[in-house]
Amino acid sequence: MSMERAGEVIETCTTDFTAQCYELYKTPSLGTLVKAGETPVYGIVYHAETASIEPGRRPIARGKDEASEADIYRTSPQLSRLLQSEFSVLAAGYREEGKLCRYLPPQPVPVHAFVYVCPPDEVKEFAASFDFLPLLLNNNGLQVDSGELTAAAVREMSRVQDNPHAFLVAAGKEIATLLRGDYNRLRTVLGRLK
Amino acid sequence: MAEHLGVVISGSLTGGIEIKLDAKASVEDMAVGRYVSIQGKKHRFFGMITDINLQVTDESITQNPPESGDSFINEVLSGTSTYGTLHVLPMLTIGDAAASISGPQPVKTVPSHFSDVSLASEADMESVFGGEDKERYWIGNPLDMETKLCLNLEEFVKRSNGIFGKSGTGKTFLTRILLIGMLQKSKAVNLIFDMHNEYGWSGTSEGGSRKVQALKQLFPSKVAVFTLDEKNSRLRGASPDVVVRIGYSEIKPEDIVLLRETLNLTEQAVEAAYSLYRRLGANWILSVGNLTDDEEIERLLKELSIHEGTFQNLKRGLNTIRRLPFIEPESKQNAVDEILGYLDHGVNVVLEFGRFRDITAYILVANLLSRRIYEKYQERTEKAMGENAAAPTPLVITIEEAHKFLNPIVAKETIFGTIAREMRKYNVTLLVIDQRPSGIDEEIMSQIGTKITCLLDNERDIDSVLAGVSGKNELKSVLARLAAKQQALIFGHSVPMPVAFAPREYGSSASYRDFMPQGTASKKADTDKDIENLWE
Repeated sequence: MSMERAGEVIETCTTDFTAQCYELYKTPSLGTLVKAGETPVYGIVYHAETASIEPGRRPIARGKDEASEADIYRTSPQLSRLLQSEFSVLAAGYREEGKLCRYLPPQPVPVHAFVYVCPPDEVKEFAASFDFLPLLLNNNGLQVDSGELTAAAVREMSRVQDNPHAFLVAAGKEIATLLRGDYNRLRTVLGRLK
Repeated sequence: MAEHLGVVISGSLTGGIEIKLDAKASVEDMAVGRYVSIQGKKHRFFGMITDINLQVTDESITQNPPESGDSFINEVLSGTSTYGTLHVLPMLTIGDAAASISGPQPVKTVPSHFSDVSLASEADMESVFGGEDKERYWIGNPLDMETKLCLNLEEFVKRSNGIFGKSGTGKTFLTRILLIGMLQKSKAVNLIFDMHNEYGWSGTSEGGSRKVQALKQLFPSKVAVFTLDEKNSRLRGASPDVVVRIGYSEIKPEDIVLLRETLNLTEQAVEAAYSLYRRLGANWILSVGNLTDDEEIERLLKELSIHEGTFQNLKRGLNTIRRLPFIEPESKQNAVDEILGYLDHGVNVVLEFGRFRDITAYILVANLLSRRIYEKYQERTEKAMGENAAAPTPLVITIEEAHKFLNPIVAKETIFGTIAREMRKYNVTLLVIDQRPSGIDEEIMSQIGTKITCLLDNERDIDSVLAGVSGKNELKSVLARLAAKQQALIFGHSVPMPVAFAPREYGSSASYRDFMPQGTASKKADTDKDIENLWE
């Protein structure tokens, strides 16, 4: 399959899952649409993190005598083994018997499921309806602001559209409807769509 | 497919319906007075836009609006957080089972929530106002639409009608258009009291720059021009068919009642006129004028118990009348019979006043002639009923400055008040033209079948024109926003619902051709061809 494999699920629950990248720093961008599992669960990348494998061992600064940042990794090749990149995905839909649903999957994606970045055609298909937006906007327990995440996801999706501006306006209108009681927040989100 | 505008969100039958506009439909494309059709679940409704509002979902938007250059945010907000609503007055239901039999029906309910609303299509308009045919006459086009607004003139002339509007708003043009229509498509004949010499022979357009043809020029065989002022008529290039002269003996005390205000007569003076008439007979005006002997006068006044001052007051008034040049001590002519002669042959009569445009002459002549014509009509109709014969041709009398005849003080006394009230019983109706409808008696206003009104801006005038119409307040906003020229609102008996329209063109040669009944233009061409053939 030609799809780009972004990582493998290492932690999962109904609303979100965390995946580990096979290579350091190869996390998908914030807001990217990914899918994982056999009956694929779709989700939006909302968080990425690179840290030491062992929680007790913090990295130390090593670059005092190096000319560039890349040189640090060259002279200390063990670093790529001691550090790991992970990203977290907010479940935003699933596909069952060919039907694409833009709400929470009945079952969480299994651990060790492969995570793929969705190809443009699939992004277009997913973005054909904005039913998934409430899942993003109403999620207040994440490390990132839900408005920030929503804006990032819509921006990412607009990249593959034939008419990105029209897409942004349409998404903006949907967001405006969802946030009708909170004009200030709406302004913030819309400001991030431009 | 008609443009989709939005959906019904709330409303009531009396208060009108609230419609939320789609984001795609711009409030700026809407206009008060335009029509929308609403597809309910069971009925199709037809209504008129009477108000347009801007709404926000969140008050803080109004306190902190997006920057003016921010087109993206504006685009997103429009139709979602900020949106337009239309206030629509439902008027008719069309297209359901009952309507297909008897045409559009007045509304008795409102469309359900979220019914689709679109601008009325041409086809909708045509189903409501009908196309032009043998009986229906095209008077103009609803604002912003191509559809022809057609009146059933057969029905129209069965009641008295009114044309109102400030001066200079196009009343005269509208009247001409209607008169031509009546001349062609109704069986009625017209008698027009043409105060400003506008209907018989070339009137002028507003501003006086352009001459427009009038009835006699367009329909020479169907119109006769009578004049009170032959010299003036000839100066204007018209050749009147009859010059009208009125004898003293034709003036009755009833005519004096009407002139009370203009002649500055007291109530007692009017009473005195009646007494003198009873005492002196038909030639009372002449007799009063000939009274020079003081003793004789004193005896007469004593006998009739008339006060000296009152008598002088009356005499001054009568002298004003006698000074009118078309009034003669004795007239051999019987103007009424001549007019009736023409009318009986289906010829419409325009009575020009020439230079005698002062209101005294107009009121006197119009009332005097109408009264006697009406009497004859009454007599004939009653006879026709008794003998089961044909009733006389329906007659429409056109009067200008109608509030002088129909104001609450004199309406009960004048013949026009009677005609307006008794309506078509005797086959005589009125076409009332006026710029101060508030001056007309309420009772008479309520009897007017169809009202056509151009722009009015006096609150009282608007109120009196719209009195008794359902959705009055909504129509008020439509009426007050009509353009100053060539736009009018028609409502009442002969239209299924009120409609604002632009009258059809009048004044260009193409427009004259349009007014000609189909076939006459080609007939003329045929004649020309025949003449050519003769020489071959």
